Amino acid sequence: MKTFKTMWHNIRRSPYQALAAIMVMMLTFLAVSFLTFLIFGSAKAINYFESKPQVTAFFRNDTKQSDINELEAKLRDTESIASVKFVSKEEALKIYQEQNKNDPLLLDLVTADILPASLEISTVKIADLENVYKTLKSSPLIQEVIFQKDVVSTLTSWTSALRKVGLALVVVLSLVSVFIMATVIGVKVSQKKEDIEIMRLIGATNWYIRWPFILEGIFYGFIGAFIGWAIATGALLYSVPFLSSFLKGIPIFPVPLLFFAELLLTEFILAGILGAFSSFLAVLRYLK
Amino acid sequence: MIKLDKVSKKFGTGTLALSSIDLTIENGEFVFLVGPSGSGKTTIFRLITRELLPTEGTIIVNDWDVAKLPKHKIPHLRKRIGVVFQDLKLLLDRTIFENIALPMEIAGINIIEAKNRIEEVLEQVGIAEHKEKFPIQLSGGELQRVAIARALALSPDIILADEPTGNLDMDTSWEIVKLLSLINQKGTTVIMATHNAEFINSLAKRVVSLDKGHLIGDVKKKKKTKENKL
Repeated sequence: MKTFKTMWHNIRRSPYQALAAIMVMMLTFLAVSFLTFLIFGSAKAINYFESKPQVTAFFRNDTKQSDINELEAKLRDTESIASVKFVSKEEALKIYQEQNKNDPLLLDLVTADILPASLEISTVKIADLENVYKTLKSSPLIQEVIFQKDVVSTLTSWTSALRKVGLALVVVLSLVSVFIMATVIGVKVSQKKEDIEIMRLIGATNWYIRWPFILEGIFYGFIGAFIGWAIATGALLYSVPFLSSFLKGIPIFPVPLLFFAELLLTEFILAGILGAFSSFLAVLRYLK
Repeated sequence: MIKLDKVSKKFGTGTLALSSIDLTIENGEFVFLVGPSGSGKTTIFRLITRELLPTEGTIIVNDWDVAKLPKHKIPHLRKRIGVVFQDLKLLLDRTIFENIALPMEIAGINIIEAKNRIEEVLEQVGIAEHKEKFPIQLSGGELQRVAIARALALSPDIILADEPTGNLDMDTSWEIVKLLSLINQKGTTVIMATHNAEFINSLAKRVVSLDKGHLIGDVKKKKKTKENKL
């Protein structure tokens, strides 16, 4: 209890130093929050594209059902293929009607006859797409083959680069936080040098002296992390309408509340560790 | 018991602060440690509390070999020795009550138990009415009493008082010496560093004399003046 009182006393004595420590922690955790959103969002987007039928093969109009079944069975037996789905002309029409339900003119013009039957195939690994594409392309039954390899690989390379840059930014900001916090707390320790000496002379252990400063570091970490998290979460929630229309069809939103709670908890743990470590560093040189 | 066996202390600057000191102080004794400035009085106190390490010799305090005490045991030693520092070393941003509570807080004593003990000590040294004040609001004699009260808080076996009357007028000085004498009568070993000849000559106490780091005398004085009732 007394340790908390001393910590609070130290904070109130130097509000500007406290503010500097909180601001730098806030910046770090703002970056951590945005990076987390980016990592989870991009992972969901990649999953979405990967789980979509990645190769769609359209049959020629005159292809017999028995030939289609034979090809489908052959594909199902291939190890590298995760799933095969047959879409008949009628099902294709239904999909077309669903996609264009607001445009009666387009609906009138199209019948099941002019839509080709197709196979939607996804592979276990993206790398196998090329082989499946080539096999299908060479089949006389197939009129056209399309696949989304480019979308997924472009997205993967972009998010991987963003993750690396983001992680580097977080590491640099964390280091800056540790150094600034250690400096701020170091100044406070220095101001209390005489008191520390007195306490040691009357029997205080190093931990008795350390605790208020360590708690102070954790306090700055918590407040900074909370503000950073709140700003990032607020910004994300504010931009949901825009992002939803931009990422149409990709099921990222709504983001579950549990995700935000878990992020906050993780950030509190990280902030606590950063704060405590910085204070420990600051006090270390006075308690040799 | 405090036992210094051939203790020498040489500082990094080359100054020999103590030279081969042999000194034994039994439990419950009152000892005046006398000598001019720089004679080594404060150095002995600092060695006993392990603020300094001896260059040579051994120091035994209550069965602890002080020089060989592991670092984590030093706080235990210091809790058993109450020190009245020459410069008092009070925390200026804490009240008198909080200053006296500090050793108890450090020892992890619960607040209710601590409160009763602090009240008791405040009464004992006669500054109960000042407990809510800050050090800056008190006179020299009162501050000296606060320092003694803080040294007494944990009921230590030993009190080391380093020139506790140094900056005080004669009447106040006598009050402080009486107070230390009363504490000693209750069983606490008291070592008081001073260079005030009047106390030494007036009180029937053991006097250990130092000069330039050498022990030059160790005598038990006989009662002879108005203060011999102490």
